Amino acid sequence: MNLEEIKSEIEANVPGCSLEIIPNGSPSGQHSLLVDPDHAFAVAGFLRDAANLRLDYCSNVTGVDWPAKEVSTKVKTKKVVDGVEQEVDEVLKTQSGGYLEAVYHLFSVEQRQGPVVLRMRTEDRADRVHLPSLTPVWRSADYQEREIFDLFGIIFDGHPDLRRLLMWEGFEDHPMRRDYVDPDDYEYEPTAHDEVLKRAKEHLSAEGGL
Amino acid sequence: MDEQLKSELGRQGVVATSLQELYNWGRKCSVWPLNFGLACCAIEMIAATMARYDLARFGAEVFRPSPRQADLMIVAGTVTKKMAPQVVRLYNQMAEPKYVISMGACAISGGPFKQGYNVLKGIDRYIPVDVYIPGCPPRPEALIDAFLLLQKMIDEQRLTGPNRPRHLNADLPSEFIVPEFGAHDLVPPQNPEVWKVPLVNISIAGKNESGRD
Repeated sequence: MNLEEIKSEIEANVPGCSLEIIPNGSPSGQHSLLVDPDHAFAVAGFLRDAANLRLDYCSNVTGVDWPAKEVSTKVKTKKVVDGVEQEVDEVLKTQSGGYLEAVYHLFSVEQRQGPVVLRMRTEDRADRVHLPSLTPVWRSADYQEREIFDLFGIIFDGHPDLRRLLMWEGFEDHPMRRDYVDPDDYEYEPTAHDEVLKRAKEHLSAEGGL
Repeated sequence: MDEQLKSELGRQGVVATSLQELYNWGRKCSVWPLNFGLACCAIEMIAATMARYDLARFGAEVFRPSPRQADLMIVAGTVTKKMAPQVVRLYNQMAEPKYVISMGACAISGGPFKQGYNVLKGIDRYIPVDVYIPGCPPRPEALIDAFLLLQKMIDEQRLTGPNRPRHLNADLPSEFIVPEFGAHDLVPPQNPEVWKVPLVNISIAGKNESGRD
């Protein structure tokens, strides 16, 4: 069963949900299904229990950080230049809102099919980072959702035991986010180059050396 | 005493020794390691103690499960930042004289995880290390070699004078700072009494050095 069929099947059975197929241009062609967080729990329950799908095995859950980036679009506008009206290309720069993503890889042991890739997106990267936990549906998501909570900072509502996994309680950062700055504890080896050399120079100039 | 005279006497059936030699011989032949491992290096450490490599030949057969009874800490594996305070605390709880072998790339410097966010970049940032074994993981032979090196080091220690072992010098510290979990990193990130940032002249790094190119 391909993803379009799964999508229409879900839409027929879970009322009100909005789905979107995210195409994957690589040779593997593993397209994924973007689910809206409000209906994700119902969709997950349907995927697991539907007789012809039976996606009963969640093999992997991972997070992705999509920081805000600048999108430039060319717009043709009419302008008066030197008394003559001309058509000028104007570049409009807008900030696309960043968000965090949780990705679920599902397989069916019974139907021998998969992977079906589910995605959920948070509204932004700062405060509205809540997603529904799918651990009640697939028990195997438990630790992986905790890991995503720890490293990306997505808060999974409904998770039975949402604590940090790799870092300690009281740690404030989320190390897998793109804008994470790791502590300045490099050891500056004599052959420092590239990134390490840059950081070494910053470190030493901050200390007043060099 | 003259070494030649001593061996000459030995051949005649007379044993001549000094208190220092006896003391060091006793110490070096009963180094009991602490029974703890952190990652894959621990598997090699276990292999080194089993029948094939038989670390017991050198007097290290009893791995003690309590730091109070152990003399040697083999830091075998990756020390995560979450684990580092416990490792230092165990070291503090060991009775003097105590030694540390830093086994494998991770325990020396963080190894392949050096630029990660959750691995300590070398246990020598918090406790003094006697022997480093490179490798990922080092083979049991390398651990035995490190162990023999440690025995040699113990054997050569003089019990008096300024370079006497730490446990005979009341001025030297036996306990070291246990780091605490901070908001961004361990606090302190290293113990300045034990470890200093290696001095490297980076002003010439990255440029063509003389004698090259």
